Amino acid sequence: MRRMRWTGTLVCVALLTSVAAGSAQAFTAYVSNEKGNSISVVDLDKMEVTATVTVGERPRGITLSHDKKQLYICTSDADHIEVLDLDTLKVVTTLPSGPDPELFTLSPDGKTLYVANEDNNMVTVLDVDQGSVASEIPVGTEPEGMGVSPDGKWLVNTSETTSMAHFIDTATHEVVDSVLVDTRPRFAKFTPDGKFVWVSSEVGGTVSIIDAATRKIVHKVTFEIAGVRKETIQPVGIAITDDGKTAFVALGPANRVAVVDVASYKVEKYLLVGQRVWQLAFTPDNKLLLSTNGESNDISVIDVADRKVTKSITVGELPWGVAIR
Amino acid sequence: MTAAKPRLSAHPWLIASSLALLILISVGFFAGAAVAQDEAATPQANTTQTTAPAGLTVTIGYLTEAIPEPAPLSLVEIVAKDKGLAGAKVALADNQTTGKFLKQTYELKEKTVDAGGDLKAGLDDLTGQGAKLIVADLTADRLLQLADLPEAKDLVIFNIRAEDDGLRLKNCRANIFNVAPSRAMKADALAQYLAVKRWMRWVLVSGSNDADKAFADAMRHSAKKFGAKIVEERSYEFKAGSRRSDTGEQQIRKQMADLTQRLPDYDVLVVADESEVFGEYLPYRTWDPRPVVGTQGLVPTAWHRSQEQWGGMQMQRRFEAATHRWMLERDYSAWVAVRAIGEAATRTGKADPADIRSYLVSDAFTLGAFKGQGVTFRKWNQQLRQPIVLASPLMLVSVSPQEGFLHQRTPLDTLGYDEPESACHLNK
Repeated sequence: MRRMRWTGTLVCVALLTSVAAGSAQAFTAYVSNEKGNSISVVDLDKMEVTATVTVGERPRGITLSHDKKQLYICTSDADHIEVLDLDTLKVVTTLPSGPDPELFTLSPDGKTLYVANEDNNMVTVLDVDQGSVASEIPVGTEPEGMGVSPDGKWLVNTSETTSMAHFIDTATHEVVDSVLVDTRPRFAKFTPDGKFVWVSSEVGGTVSIIDAATRKIVHKVTFEIAGVRKETIQPVGIAITDDGKTAFVALGPANRVAVVDVASYKVEKYLLVGQRVWQLAFTPDNKLLLSTNGESNDISVIDVADRKVTKSITVGELPWGVAIR
Repeated sequence: MTAAKPRLSAHPWLIASSLALLILISVGFFAGAAVAQDEAATPQANTTQTTAPAGLTVTIGYLTEAIPEPAPLSLVEIVAKDKGLAGAKVALADNQTTGKFLKQTYELKEKTVDAGGDLKAGLDDLTGQGAKLIVADLTADRLLQLADLPEAKDLVIFNIRAEDDGLRLKNCRANIFNVAPSRAMKADALAQYLAVKRWMRWVLVSGSNDADKAFADAMRHSAKKFGAKIVEERSYEFKAGSRRSDTGEQQIRKQMADLTQRLPDYDVLVVADESEVFGEYLPYRTWDPRPVVGTQGLVPTAWHRSQEQWGGMQMQRRFEAATHRWMLERDYSAWVAVRAIGEAATRTGKADPADIRSYLVSDAFTLGAFKGQGVTFRKWNQQLRQPIVLASPLMLVSVSPQEGFLHQRTPLDTLGYDEPESACHLNK
């Protein structure tokens, strides 16, 4: 009995110490585990999972609230968005999202979530404060990728079966232009200056770079890796550094992340990560990049400056999305 | 059935070494499945947007014949009256969704001719309504009758049903695109998996209908190709019976035991019963405890309701929402056919058969079809290249081609007859 109490005290002290150390400057990553129905909380100082939170069915896209105190989670099979309080690690509320929410993006002012509903060819516009649907925008078949311009005026949605990037005016909620890209577009990302949109095509194997003003494709990035069959190179997640100079592209079952020079569109390096790499996120200081590797149930930690994979951390079953605060 | 050319030493897929097989076994099913697409699958040069001319209408015809099909033996299986057509309709809706952003309209005209009825009249009806792109839900002999009509010469016909290997070999036609996988593709897909499992001693039990015999032929060809041994063959003579009866269970159990008694040592029982007469009775009733594969048990198929990989769940849900039943293999082939037309029309902005045809056989064509890689057409026989799902009744078990089976063009071409074996040389 006495020993148990003593151990308990030790644990408390250890916890307090870690919280104190953590609050200084440590970053925390949140990883959605699609099959595990959970969120893994990863301490990026210790490089280990500190908590696993059970959430709704099939969590995929995740993103932080504007104040970074909450995590929005697309729980696809539960057909809503769950809001996880990051201090208590409890789901505090749910938001309506339309059926099968897969991926979403938060407006720069933090007030609106734009949600891709894979099952009903809609983008749902969600007022976060009101917790209500403001609008539904019909788009192509199987909407997935969602990118919002830095000024919040433009939303780009990709539809997988339609193979288009839809440009949506966020003031009117109208699709004003649709750009045909290669087969099965998965992800859309504006460059930090808002001038270009990068769209990955999973089956097409390319990344299309679209001029946001003219809505013309100005370049297509292709990938080639020695010893890797071309058909396994399936671009999905894209992350671009805050300085707008370097892009990282997750290549799915090729198990690589491509490093692309934004100015020249040149692929400079391929980083070997875990199996079936899906999504990417930087630490706020842009020093580290994390990738979710679905088949190997882990995340890879990439040193951005050195362009090296420094560690892999086992998380839950089928890691999908990642967000870092 | 064209005889196999046993060029075993020269076959590239035999390069698959024991080592590669061992690696696959240790890696597991799905890692091996997420592979391979055609060399032609990535259109690199097309960096400009394609904008279709306003007001393009794409009219697709769906032609079938009212021939009765046997109901599945199991009461658990659904009896679908609109097999194929339902998939075409869902694909049409997908095309329309895309089309509205390009000011394109898609329409589907349906025609069913009576059993043994006048195909020409049926076709005239469709072409009279403007349909020059025809989805054919027909058996092989009727498909050839249709394709050989003078009126069909400049049409594009999509075969979503007939799996006969002859249609991909000496009986191929320039106006037919084979979307349904051939029997040889299915048999090879199964044989590769059995090779990976090292279940290389087969007993082949065939039904007595032509389709059963054709599937058995395909399995024999695959056994040669991948080095499996058929240790004995037996046939099951069909006695017509009803789908259910109150006391049939005991009789069936005894019959199946008799059918499989006194066999030499073997690993797996391969059943060839496309007519669905007895195959479903074999699992758990064989004399020796052996898995059943082939047309029942573990089956090779273009689509299965358990296929949830690579966005497959989205397809399943969309289909179920539209039709209130699950998607069957023929629905999937019809979906692919109509989507292939949509993809060609979207990318080219044209709807003439000649334009659609040349796009489909070009390097630019690739279609996302929930198989983990784009699907394309083999130029020499216009057969859709696609991974084949291997499924147990309730689960996806694997997807072929299996890791380690190599081909100079794409691993997908390890499935089915290859170009050098084929008397068909289209698009030369």
